[in-house]
Amino acid sequence: MASVSNLMKFFRSSSNQDAASATPQKLSRRSSGVGEISRVLNSQEGLCVLDIGATSANNIRYFTDHGHKSYSDDLLRASLEPGLRVQDEAGASVDSKKFLDENLVYPNGQFDIVLLWNLPDYMEESLVKPTIDRLWSQLKPGGLLLAFFHTRDAGPDSTCYRYHVTGTDMLEMQQVKFALPGQSEKRSPRLQRVFNNRHIENLFHDFASIKFFLARDNIREVLVVR
Amino acid sequence: MDAPQSGELARVGKSVVIKGEISGSEDLYVDGAIEGSIDLRSHSVTIGPNGKVKASVSAKSIVVQGKVDGSLTASDRLDLRKTAVVTGDVTTQRIAIEEGAFLKGKVDIQKEAGKGTATS
Repeated sequence: MASVSNLMKFFRSSSNQDAASATPQKLSRRSSGVGEISRVLNSQEGLCVLDIGATSANNIRYFTDHGHKSYSDDLLRASLEPGLRVQDEAGASVDSKKFLDENLVYPNGQFDIVLLWNLPDYMEESLVKPTIDRLWSQLKPGGLLLAFFHTRDAGPDSTCYRYHVTGTDMLEMQQVKFALPGQSEKRSPRLQRVFNNRHIENLFHDFASIKFFLARDNIREVLVVR
Repeated sequence: MDAPQSGELARVGKSVVIKGEISGSEDLYVDGAIEGSIDLRSHSVTIGPNGKVKASVSAKSIVVQGKVDGSLTASDRLDLRKTAVVTGDVTTQRIAIEEGAFLKGKVDIQKEAGKGTATS
Protein backbone atom coordinates (compact mmCIF):
# COMPACT_ATOMS: atom_id res chain seq x y z
CA MET A 1 0.00 0.00 0.00
CA ALA A 2 1.27 3.43 -0.85
CA SER A 3 2.28 5.67 2.03
CA VAL A 4 0.46 8.82 3.06
CA SER A 5 3.38 10.79 1.63
CA ASN A 6 2.18 9.83 -1.85
CA LEU A 7 -0.94 11.82 -1.16
CA MET A 8 0.98 15.00 -0.54
CA LYS A 9 1.05 15.83 -4.26
CA PHE A 10 -2.63 16.57 -3.86
CA PHE A 11 -1.94 19.31 -1.36
CA ARG A 12 -0.32 22.69 -1.61
CA SER A 13 2.91 23.09 0.32
CA SER A 14 2.97 25.68 3.07
CA SER A 15 3.59 29.16 1.78
CA ASN A 16 3.29 32.76 2.78
CA GLN A 17 -0.07 32.78 1.09
CA ASP A 18 -1.23 29.98 3.38
CA ALA A 19 0.05 31.82 6.40
CA ALA A 20 -1.80 34.93 5.33
CA SER A 21 -5.00 32.94 4.96
CA ALA A 22 -4.75 31.05 8.25
CA THR A 23 -8.28 32.19 8.96
CA PRO A 24 -10.35 30.97 6.03
CA GLN A 25 -11.83 33.95 4.27
CA LYS A 26 -15.27 33.82 2.75
CA LEU A 27 -15.81 35.47 -0.61
CA SER A 28 -19.05 35.98 -2.48
CA ARG A 29 -19.65 35.59 -6.18
CA ARG A 30 -22.57 35.48 -8.54
CA SER A 31 -23.18 32.15 -10.28
CA SER A 32 -25.19 31.74 -13.45
CA GLY A 33 -25.17 27.96 -12.97
CA VAL A 34 -26.65 28.22 -9.48
CA GLY A 35 -29.19 30.66 -10.91
CA GLU A 36 -30.34 27.99 -13.38
CA ILE A 37 -30.43 25.35 -10.63
CA SER A 38 -32.44 27.69 -8.37
CA ARG A 39 -35.00 28.21 -11.12
CA VAL A 40 -35.64 24.46 -11.11
CA LEU A 41 -35.65 24.26 -7.31
CA ASN A 42 -38.19 27.08 -7.14
CA SER A 43 -40.51 25.63 -9.76
CA GLN A 44 -40.72 22.02 -8.56
CA GLU A 45 -41.22 20.18 -5.29
CA GLY A 46 -39.66 17.14 -3.68
CA LEU A 47 -36.51 17.02 -5.78
CA CYS A 48 -33.47 14.94 -4.77
CA VAL A 49 -30.29 17.01 -4.64
CA LEU A 50 -26.82 15.51 -4.27
CA ASP A 51 -24.17 17.92 -2.99
CA ILE A 52 -20.72 16.50 -3.63
CA GLY A 53 -18.75 19.31 -2.00
CA ALA A 54 -17.62 19.64 1.59
CA THR A 55 -20.55 19.33 3.98
CA SER A 56 -22.36 22.68 4.05
CA ALA A 57 -25.14 23.61 6.45
CA ASN A 58 -26.00 26.52 4.13
CA ASN A 59 -26.66 24.19 1.23
CA ILE A 60 -28.68 21.75 3.31
CA ARG A 61 -30.80 24.65 4.56
CA TYR A 62 -31.23 26.07 1.06
CA PHE A 63 -32.46 22.78 -0.39
CA THR A 64 -34.60 21.64 2.52
CA ASP A 65 -36.19 25.09 2.94
CA HIS A 66 -37.37 24.74 -0.65
CA GLY A 67 -38.93 21.37 0.22
CA HIS A 68 -36.31 19.19 -1.43
CA LYS A 69 -34.28 16.23 -0.19
CA SER A 70 -30.59 16.86 0.40
CA TYR A 71 -27.81 14.29 0.13
CA SER A 72 -24.21 15.07 1.13
CA ASP A 73 -21.17 13.19 -0.11
CA ASP A 74 -17.75 14.84 0.22
CA LEU A 75 -16.04 12.93 -2.58
CA LEU A 76 -12.77 14.86 -2.63
CA ARG A 77 -12.07 13.97 0.96
CA ALA A 78 -13.24 10.41 0.42
CA SER A 79 -10.94 10.04 -2.60
CA LEU A 80 -7.89 10.80 -0.45
CA GLU A 81 -8.40 7.84 1.89
CA PRO A 82 -5.00 6.11 2.03
CA GLY A 83 -6.69 2.71 1.78
CA LEU A 84 -7.70 3.47 -1.81
CA ARG A 85 -4.16 3.94 -3.03
CA VAL A 86 -2.40 1.19 -4.92
CA GLN A 87 1.16 0.91 -6.15
CA ASP A 88 1.64 -0.67 -9.54
CA GLU A 89 4.24 -0.60 -12.32
CA ALA A 90 2.99 2.79 -13.46
CA GLY A 91 3.40 4.26 -9.98
CA ALA A 92 0.89 5.20 -7.31
CA SER A 93 -2.73 5.58 -8.26
CA VAL A 94 -6.20 5.24 -6.80
CA ASP A 95 -8.28 2.10 -7.14
CA SER A 96 -11.32 3.52 -8.94
CA LYS A 97 -13.31 0.29 -8.57
CA LYS A 98 -12.83 0.25 -4.81
CA PHE A 99 -13.60 3.97 -4.67
CA LEU A 100 -16.91 3.47 -6.46
CA ASP A 101 -17.71 0.39 -4.36
CA GLU A 102 -17.52 2.62 -1.28
CA ASN A 103 -18.86 5.92 -2.64
CA LEU A 104 -21.78 7.11 -4.75
CA VAL A 105 -23.70 4.00 -3.81
CA TYR A 106 -27.20 5.14 -4.76
CA PRO A 107 -29.90 3.63 -6.98
CA ASN A 108 -29.88 4.54 -10.65
CA GLY A 109 -32.06 7.54 -11.46
CA GLN A 110 -32.09 8.75 -7.85
CA PHE A 111 -31.21 12.41 -8.29
CA ASP A 112 -32.75 15.41 -10.03
CA ILE A 113 -29.76 17.66 -9.39
CA VAL A 114 -26.07 16.97 -8.74
CA LEU A 115 -23.72 19.71 -7.58
CA LEU A 116 -20.26 18.54 -8.55
CA TRP A 117 -18.65 21.94 -7.94
CA ASN A 118 -14.89 21.93 -8.67
CA LEU A 119 -14.25 18.26 -7.90
CA PRO A 120 -12.93 17.20 -11.35
CA ASP A 121 -10.09 19.74 -11.17
CA TYR A 122 -8.84 18.47 -7.81
CA MET A 123 -9.56 14.76 -8.00
CA GLU A 124 -7.13 12.01 -8.96
CA GLU A 125 -7.18 11.62 -12.76
CA SER A 126 -8.16 7.94 -12.70
CA LEU A 127 -11.35 8.74 -10.76
CA VAL A 128 -12.75 11.60 -12.83
CA LYS A 129 -14.35 9.76 -15.76
CA PRO A 130 -15.66 6.80 -13.71
CA THR A 131 -17.21 9.28 -11.28
CA ILE A 132 -18.93 11.23 -14.08
CA ASP A 133 -20.19 7.96 -15.60
CA ARG A 134 -21.59 6.85 -12.23
CA LEU A 135 -23.32 10.21 -11.78
CA TRP A 136 -24.86 9.94 -15.24
CA SER A 137 -26.50 6.67 -14.12
CA GLN A 138 -27.71 8.16 -10.86
CA LEU A 139 -29.27 11.25 -12.43
CA LYS A 140 -32.83 11.05 -13.66
CA PRO A 141 -33.38 11.68 -17.38
CA GLY A 142 -33.56 15.46 -17.67
CA GLY A 143 -31.63 15.86 -14.40
CA LEU A 144 -29.05 18.64 -14.04
CA LEU A 145 -25.39 18.54 -13.06
CA LEU A 146 -23.38 21.65 -12.26
CA ALA A 147 -19.58 21.63 -12.33
CA PHE A 148 -16.90 24.30 -12.17
CA PHE A 149 -13.68 24.12 -14.18
CA HIS A 150 -10.66 26.37 -14.03
CA THR A 151 -9.53 28.07 -17.21
CA ARG A 152 -5.96 27.77 -18.46
CA ASP A 153 -5.11 31.05 -16.76
CA ALA A 154 -5.46 29.42 -13.37
CA GLY A 155 -2.16 28.44 -11.77
CA PRO A 156 -1.49 25.28 -9.73
CA ASP A 157 -1.82 27.28 -6.54
CA SER A 158 -5.36 28.40 -7.33
CA THR A 159 -7.31 28.24 -4.12
CA CYS A 160 -9.58 25.24 -3.70
CA TYR A 161 -12.96 26.49 -2.50
CA ARG A 162 -16.01 24.93 -1.00
CA TYR A 163 -19.25 26.51 -2.09
CA HIS A 164 -22.18 27.61 0.02
CA VAL A 165 -25.39 28.62 -1.73
CA THR A 166 -26.52 31.86 -0.12
CA GLY A 167 -29.14 33.08 -2.57
CA THR A 168 -30.86 32.46 -5.87
CA ASP A 169 -27.67 33.01 -7.84
CA MET A 170 -25.17 33.77 -5.09
CA LEU A 171 -22.39 31.64 -3.70
CA GLU A 172 -20.12 32.10 -0.73
CA MET A 173 -16.68 30.60 -1.31
CA GLN A 174 -14.54 29.32 1.52
CA GLN A 175 -11.05 27.88 1.19
CA VAL A 176 -10.93 24.11 1.64
CA LYS A 177 -8.39 22.82 4.12
CA PHE A 178 -8.32 19.47 5.81
CA ALA A 179 -5.91 17.03 7.36
CA LEU A 180 -5.14 13.64 5.91
CA PRO A 181 -5.94 10.64 8.09
CA GLY A 182 -3.26 10.36 10.76
CA GLN A 183 -1.97 13.89 10.19
CA SER A 184 -2.71 16.99 12.21
CA GLU A 185 -1.70 19.73 9.78
CA LYS A 186 -4.51 20.98 7.58
CA ARG A 187 -3.67 21.67 3.97
CA SER A 188 -5.45 22.93 0.92
CA PRO A 189 -5.84 20.60 -2.08
CA ARG A 190 -3.79 21.42 -5.16
CA LEU A 191 -5.22 21.96 -8.63
CA GLN A 192 -4.46 18.73 -10.50
CA ARG A 193 -5.12 19.78 -14.07
CA VAL A 194 -6.99 22.20 -16.30
CA PHE A 195 -9.55 20.78 -18.71
CA ASN A 196 -10.06 22.56 -22.01
CA ASN A 197 -13.53 22.85 -23.56
CA ARG A 198 -13.03 19.76 -25.70
CA HIS A 199 -12.00 17.67 -22.71
CA ILE A 200 -15.05 18.86 -20.84
CA GLU A 201 -17.32 17.98 -23.73
CA ASN A 202 -15.75 14.52 -23.89
CA LEU A 203 -16.17 14.10 -20.17
CA PHE A 204 -19.91 14.73 -20.49
CA HIS A 205 -20.25 12.96 -23.84
CA ASP A 206 -23.16 10.81 -22.68
CA PHE A 207 -25.24 13.76 -21.48
CA ALA A 208 -27.99 15.27 -23.62
CA SER A 209 -26.79 18.87 -23.53
CA ILE A 210 -24.03 21.04 -22.14
CA LYS A 211 -23.99 24.77 -21.42
CA PHE A 212 -20.94 26.88 -20.53
CA PHE A 213 -20.99 30.04 -18.42
CA LEU A 214 -17.78 32.03 -18.33
CA ALA A 215 -17.03 33.74 -15.04
CA ARG A 216 -14.51 36.45 -14.25
CA ASP A 217 -12.49 34.45 -11.75
CA ASN A 218 -10.84 31.99 -14.20
CA ILE A 219 -13.74 29.59 -13.79
CA ARG A 220 -16.07 28.09 -16.37
CA GLU A 221 -19.37 26.96 -14.97
CA VAL A 222 -20.74 23.96 -16.83
CA LEU A 223 -24.36 22.90 -16.61
CA VAL A 224 -25.19 19.56 -18.23
CA VAL A 225 -28.52 17.83 -18.68
CA ARG A 226 -28.80 14.05 -18.52
CA MET B 1 -13.47 18.25 25.11
CA ASP B 2 -15.32 17.61 28.34
CA ALA B 3 -18.48 15.61 28.70
CA PRO B 4 -21.64 17.64 29.23
CA GLN B 5 -22.45 18.33 32.87
CA SER B 6 -25.94 17.45 33.97
CA GLY B 7 -27.75 15.71 36.77
CA GLU B 8 -28.50 12.43 35.04
CA LEU B 9 -25.69 11.40 32.74
CA ALA B 10 -24.53 7.93 31.83
CA ARG B 11 -21.02 7.76 30.49
CA VAL B 12 -19.33 5.19 28.27
CA GLY B 13 -15.61 5.69 28.74
CA LYS B 14 -12.84 5.52 26.19
CA SER B 15 -11.90 1.92 26.83
CA VAL B 16 -15.46 0.57 26.95
CA VAL B 17 -16.88 -1.50 24.08
CA ILE B 18 -20.60 -2.28 24.02
CA LYS B 19 -22.44 -4.48 21.56
CA GLY B 20 -26.24 -4.48 21.75
CA GLU B 21 -29.22 -2.23 22.35
CA ILE B 22 -29.02 0.77 24.67
CA SER B 23 -32.16 2.47 25.95
CA GLY B 24 -32.99 4.47 29.07
CA SER B 25 -34.19 7.72 30.58
CA GLU B 26 -31.06 9.78 31.10
CA ASP B 27 -28.54 11.58 28.93
CA LEU B 28 -25.67 9.56 27.51
CA TYR B 29 -22.07 10.48 26.77
CA VAL B 30 -20.18 8.02 24.59
CA ASP B 31 -16.42 8.19 24.32
CA GLY B 32 -15.96 4.48 23.72
CA ALA B 33 -17.24 2.08 21.06
CA ILE B 34 -20.84 1.02 20.60
CA GLU B 35 -22.23 -1.38 18.05
CA GLY B 36 -25.99 -1.94 17.87
CA SER B 37 -28.58 0.73 18.63
CA ILE B 38 -29.08 3.67 20.99
CA ASP B 39 -32.62 4.75 21.80
CA LEU B 40 -33.01 7.66 24.23
CA ARG B 41 -35.87 9.56 22.65
CA SER B 42 -36.45 12.05 25.46
CA HIS B 43 -32.79 12.67 26.23
CA SER B 44 -29.54 13.75 24.65
CA VAL B 45 -26.71 11.66 23.29
CA THR B 46 -23.20 13.03 22.90
CA ILE B 47 -20.63 11.09 20.90
CA GLY B 48 -17.30 12.30 22.29
CA PRO B 49 -14.15 12.88 20.25
CA ASN B 50 -12.95 9.32 20.87
CA GLY B 51 -16.38 7.78 20.35
CA LYS B 52 -16.87 5.20 17.61
CA VAL B 53 -20.51 4.33 17.13
CA LYS B 54 -21.72 1.78 14.64
CA ALA B 55 -25.39 2.02 15.43
CA SER B 56 -28.65 3.76 14.72
CA VAL B 57 -29.10 6.55 17.26
CA SER B 58 -32.44 8.06 18.28
CA ALA B 59 -32.56 10.88 20.83
CA LYS B 60 -34.04 14.29 21.50
CA SER B 61 -30.73 15.95 20.73
CA ILE B 62 -27.51 14.48 19.40
CA VAL B 63 -24.03 16.00 19.45
CA VAL B 64 -21.32 14.28 17.41
CA GLN B 65 -17.62 14.92 17.92
CA GLY B 66 -16.42 11.44 16.98
CA LYS B 67 -17.25 8.83 14.38
CA VAL B 68 -20.70 7.46 13.60
CA ASP B 69 -21.59 4.82 11.07
CA GLY B 70 -25.38 4.55 11.13
CA SER B 71 -28.54 6.60 11.01
CA LEU B 72 -29.09 9.55 13.38
CA THR B 73 -32.60 10.63 14.37
CA ALA B 74 -32.85 13.71 16.60
CA SER B 75 -36.36 14.86 17.38
CA ASP B 76 -35.04 18.32 18.28
CA ARG B 77 -31.49 19.12 17.25
CA LEU B 78 -28.36 17.58 15.71
CA ASP B 79 -24.92 19.16 16.18
CA LEU B 80 -22.03 17.98 14.06
CA ARG B 81 -18.85 19.39 15.56
CA LYS B 82 -15.69 19.98 13.54
CA THR B 83 -14.23 16.54 14.28
CA ALA B 84 -17.43 14.66 13.43
CA VAL B 85 -17.35 11.95 10.78
CA VAL B 86 -20.85 10.68 10.04
CA THR B 87 -21.75 8.08 7.46
CA GLY B 88 -25.49 7.51 7.42
CA ASP B 89 -28.82 9.23 6.95
CA VAL B 90 -29.85 11.93 9.41
CA THR B 91 -33.32 13.09 10.38
CA THR B 92 -33.83 16.11 12.59
CA GLN B 93 -35.71 19.37 13.04
CA ARG B 94 -32.61 21.51 13.34
CA ILE B 95 -29.05 20.83 12.31
CA ALA B 96 -25.79 22.67 13.00
CA ILE B 97 -22.65 21.70 11.15
CA GLU B 98 -19.25 23.07 12.11
CA GLU B 99 -16.56 23.74 9.54
CA GLY B 100 -14.60 20.50 9.06
CA ALA B 101 -17.40 18.07 9.88
CA PHE B 102 -17.86 15.23 7.42
CA LEU B 103 -21.32 13.95 6.54
CA LYS B 104 -22.11 11.32 3.98
CA GLY B 105 -25.80 10.57 3.64
CA LYS B 106 -29.28 11.91 3.27
CA VAL B 107 -30.42 14.86 5.36
CA ASP B 108 -34.10 15.00 6.17
CA ILE B 109 -35.19 18.16 7.98
CA GLN B 110 -38.56 17.53 9.60
CA LYS B 111 -40.16 20.87 10.19
CA GLU B 112 -42.46 21.59 13.09
CA ALA B 113 -45.04 24.35 12.63
CA GLY B 114 -43.14 25.80 9.70
CA LYS B 115 -39.85 25.90 11.57
CA GLY B 116 -36.67 24.11 10.58
CA THR B 117 -33.18 25.44 10.25
CA ALA B 118 -29.69 24.41 9.40
CA THR B 119 -26.92 26.56 10.79
CA SER B 120 -23.17 26.57 10.54
